[in-house]
Amino acid sequence: MELELTGAEIVIESLKKEGVETLYGYPGGAVLHIYDALYNQQKINHILVRHEQAAVHAADGYARATGKPGIVLVTSGPGATNAITGIATAHMDSIPMVVISGQVPCEMIGNDAFQEVDMIGVSRPVVKHNFLVKDVANLATTIKQAFYVATQGRPGPVVIDIPKDVTAQKTHFKYPKTVNMRSFTPVVKGHSGQINKAIEAILQAKKPMIYTGGGVVLSNASEQLTEFTRLLGYPITNTLMGLGAYPATDKQFVGMLGMHGTYEANLGMHNCDVLIAIGARFDDRVTGNLERFCPYAHIIHIDIDPSSISKNIEAAIPIVGDVKEVLTKINNELKTQKLKPKHDISDWWKQIDEWRAVDCLKYKKSDTVIKPQQAIETLYKVTNGDAYITSDVGQHQMWAAQYYLFDKPRRWINSGGLGTMGFGFPAAMGVKQAFPDADVACVTGEGSIQMMLQELSTCSQYQVPVKIINLNNRYLGMVRQWQEFFYDKRYSMSYMDSLPDFVKLVESYGHVGLLVEKPEDLEPMMKEAFAMKDKLVFMDIITDQSENVYPMIAAGAGQDEMILL
Amino acid sequence: MKENQRHILSILMENQPGALSRVVGLFSARNFNIESLSVAPTDDDSLSRLTLSTNIAADKLDQVTKQLNKLIDVVKVIDVTHSSHIERDFMLVKVSITKAEIKSEVLNLVNIFRGTIVDVSNEVYVIQLVGTCQKIDAFLEAISPNMIIEVVRTGAVGVLRGNRALKI
Repeated sequence: MELELTGAEIVIESLKKEGVETLYGYPGGAVLHIYDALYNQQKINHILVRHEQAAVHAADGYARATGKPGIVLVTSGPGATNAITGIATAHMDSIPMVVISGQVPCEMIGNDAFQEVDMIGVSRPVVKHNFLVKDVANLATTIKQAFYVATQGRPGPVVIDIPKDVTAQKTHFKYPKTVNMRSFTPVVKGHSGQINKAIEAILQAKKPMIYTGGGVVLSNASEQLTEFTRLLGYPITNTLMGLGAYPATDKQFVGMLGMHGTYEANLGMHNCDVLIAIGARFDDRVTGNLERFCPYAHIIHIDIDPSSISKNIEAAIPIVGDVKEVLTKINNELKTQKLKPKHDISDWWKQIDEWRAVDCLKYKKSDTVIKPQQAIETLYKVTNGDAYITSDVGQHQMWAAQYYLFDKPRRWINSGGLGTMGFGFPAAMGVKQAFPDADVACVTGEGSIQMMLQELSTCSQYQVPVKIINLNNRYLGMVRQWQEFFYDKRYSMSYMDSLPDFVKLVESYGHVGLLVEKPEDLEPMMKEAFAMKDKLVFMDIITDQSENVYPMIAAGAGQDEMILL
Repeated sequence: MKENQRHILSILMENQPGALSRVVGLFSARNFNIESLSVAPTDDDSLSRLTLSTNIAADKLDQVTKQLNKLIDVVKVIDVTHSSHIERDFMLVKVSITKAEIKSEVLNLVNIFRGTIVDVSNEVYVIQLVGTCQKIDAFLEAISPNMIIEVVRTGAVGVLRGNRALKI
């Protein structure tokens, strides 16, 4: 006979059935039963964060690095609303995640009870789906559905809101083996007619460009993408979210595209005749002015989400399907039928190499002041280009994306869609817990890091030895840059005054702080930092205050209207 | 920008709390408009059928349909106006008639539009009218605005002609 379990025990047992190892959360009244059930087991490792937003970012970092869904447990009311920014961050970047929030007891819902918030309503626009469980009999099935929805098709965060009384009620526990939802049946296999049309167009290209995004990473299709690109010999660019899906040190890679993309990537896009878009969504930071976007291109678009296709840019040959499945199919066709591009594209490569020779990422070196780009280049060198790099949002994020060459997927972890300052540090915690032996660094700035500083305490408690690379320019740098370019240097509220002594601050938590002020100290001190394997090291690197991110396409300008240094 | 056109979308969705708010929330979040909306359970009570009419350009309609299909609670979506279809709007209109000669004029109009008077009290008449939205609009235009006390309409509902149906 099956055992009767409480709702709280069902939550924990279901998570175990899903293979959950790490849970990020923060207790409170509405989830006390669940925390009680957590107390008597060893399998799931619960990490107590210091703010619910950090719990979600940490689970997010864990999910991005491992490919497994991130799991969060928060209480009702403020616990739930604090999680919202994290959930929205995951939603914009399609990260699989299950967030369990407590709710006031069923009979009190709607009464403005203590710590009550309509989590279903509040979270609705920023989740893939959400569930309110009002009957313990539905709890196990709902959790199964939540994992299914979060991970299948285009991934995303799913919220399960559980009223406190449901966690106390008992029922027989039986975790469903499979799940079937008539209203959720993602298309995985691409349409073979469309695939054949695409192959035809791809082989006809005279000036091809492959443009790939986060979908390739999410679909674990790096290997297939690399094979596809090499079979064709075409140039490839990655979006901010797609970095690492194709080795950045490879000759066919022309760098990141978009607002702060390379000259060769953006001009390659602008002048191409066939654009092969894979797992990318034509975001405004990529396209710039839609009217001027890829004016000569015949566009092929492969994406698992039909609503991403022809949303901003009309695709001539759309293929709805999982990127990995579709690329495997195309590669097989190319190989078995020995298909080769019809045209010699050496002139196109010559043109691209001329753009490359402009060396758009060059910057003025200095002996007296540390250049932020140099800090990233040093980080790349010291970690052999093999670290997991998380970042916050702003100039440092762009420099990390430009100067750290990612050769592997899931190594570059940043908030691309929502652009959430404060994401990087808790995300690094999540990554480090997933891969304790790997080097994990958070590239941040003195603005972003102060949004999640409280997690220094979590890192002490659980001994999470991440490295924090703080590019400290005493400015909200990206805001300052826009004010310099577009607001006549009126630096409204972009100066960061009253900064703490970061070294002393982190020391008070038991961590190591290093202040780096001279260019010649950068490399030795960074080596020293990474040699301290079991220590969280905060490198407060004082950088050039006036440095800007180049190249740049101003908002609303065309891909071919780049501002170079 | 292409020109806006009126479309009637029929949506089959899970008959669950919150499903309606997902559809409505999608329209406001994505900056689409809703002209009218009606929803009720179908013969299969696990499903609701929601009909809404919206004014939208053809290229945006594609995006609306895809976004609706993406909602987990939505099972199927069709654009009724895309094919040969029957559409009906239902109205109850309350009018005040104080003069005898106007009364005959209104009764005449009710007959012409095939409406029914469903209630009479103290010089107040409740008229019921069924038809396309244009027909109901035409009726409202035909009677004097200062006679109208109140108007309630369901908004358009529709089905495709022939044996095609929105079912699972």
